[in-house]
Amino acid sequence: MDLAAAKVIGAGLAAIGVGVAAQGVGNVFGSFLQGALRNPAAADGQQGRLFIGFAAAELLGLIAFAVAMIILYAV
Amino acid sequence: MAAESKIDPMHQFQIDALSGGALDGTPFIFTNSALWMLIVLGAILLFMWGGMKRELVPGRWQAAVEMLTGFASGLAIGNIGPEGKKYVPWIFTVFTFILFSNFMGMMPFGIFEKAHPFTVTSQFSVTGVLAIISFSIVLIVGFWKHGFHFFSLFVPHGTPALLLPLIVPIEMISFLVRPFSLALRLFVAMIAGHILVDVFGYFIVNGINAGTPMGYFVSAISFVFIAGVNALELLVCAIQAYVFALLTSLYINDAVHLH
Repeated sequence: MDLAAAKVIGAGLAAIGVGVAAQGVGNVFGSFLQGALRNPAAADGQQGRLFIGFAAAELLGLIAFAVAMIILYAV
Repeated sequence: MAAESKIDPMHQFQIDALSGGALDGTPFIFTNSALWMLIVLGAILLFMWGGMKRELVPGRWQAAVEMLTGFASGLAIGNIGPEGKKYVPWIFTVFTFILFSNFMGMMPFGIFEKAHPFTVTSQFSVTGVLAIISFSIVLIVGFWKHGFHFFSLFVPHGTPALLLPLIVPIEMISFLVRPFSLALRLFVAMIAGHILVDVFGYFIVNGINAGTPMGYFVSAISFVFIAGVNALELLVCAIQAYVFALLTSLYINDAVHLH
C-alpha cells in the first residue's frame, strides 16, 4: 500500500473517534435530561457540571479530528 | 471560471501579510489575523461603550451589556465563591474576547472581495496564549496563597497511602495538560466548524458549475445543510466561549480552595 492510500485510510479510521465522541456528548445531555425531568428543581444548579461533562466528552472527539488532520496534512 | 474548483478548506486559515515584511521592507508585519483582532476589539469597545451610560432605567443596549457583565461575574462568583470577585476581570475578558472573535469569524463578509473574515480563535497561538494566561493565574494564585502546600492539589482527600504512587502522577498529568486541552478545544472546534461549512460551500458552487440535474440537486441539498450547520456553529461559538470561561473559573477555584 502506498503512503497516500494509507493516509486516507488512517484519516478515515480516526474519524470513527469523532462519531464515538458524538455518542458520548449525546449520553451527557441525555442523562442530564433524564435527571432534570425527574427533579426539575435541582436541574439549574447542575448546568455547570453538565457543560464540564460536555467539554470533556467533546474534547476527545476534537482530538480525534486533530489526529485525522495531522495524518492528512502534516505527515 | 474553471468548471470544477479544487476543494481547499484550509486556505481560509492562511495568515497573509497586509503590510510590512516583503511588501514594503519594514520588519513589522501587519497580518489579517492582527487586523481581525483589532476589529474584534473595536466591536467589543463599541458594544461596551454604548451600554455604559449608567442610566437609572437601563435601555435595551445597557440591559444587554449588563447581562454580559452579570453573566461573567455570576460565573466567577458562582464557581469560586465570594473571593471570585477578584477574578471577574479575566473571566469577563476571556469570555467576551472569545465570544466576539468566534462570532466575527462567522460573519458573511466573504461575499465582498478581500473582506473574508478571519477567525482569530482558529489559531493555536491565540488560544494557546489565552490558555497559558489562565494557567499562569492558577499557578501564581495557588503558590501565592498556599505556598508549597499547593502541591496537595495532587492528593485528593482520603486517598489510601497504597494508591499514592498511582494517584499523584495521574493527578499531576491531568493538571499539566489543562492549558493544552483548554487551548486545543477552542481551536479545533473553530477549525472543524469552518472546514465543514467551507467544504459544503464548495459543494454548492461545484454542483451549480456542473450544470447537470444531479449537480443542482446536490447544490440544493448542500444549501439546506449549510444553513443548519451555520446555526449549529453559532451555538458552538457561544458554547465554546462559555466552556473556556467556565473551565478557567473552575481551575482558579482549585487554586484558591485546593479541592
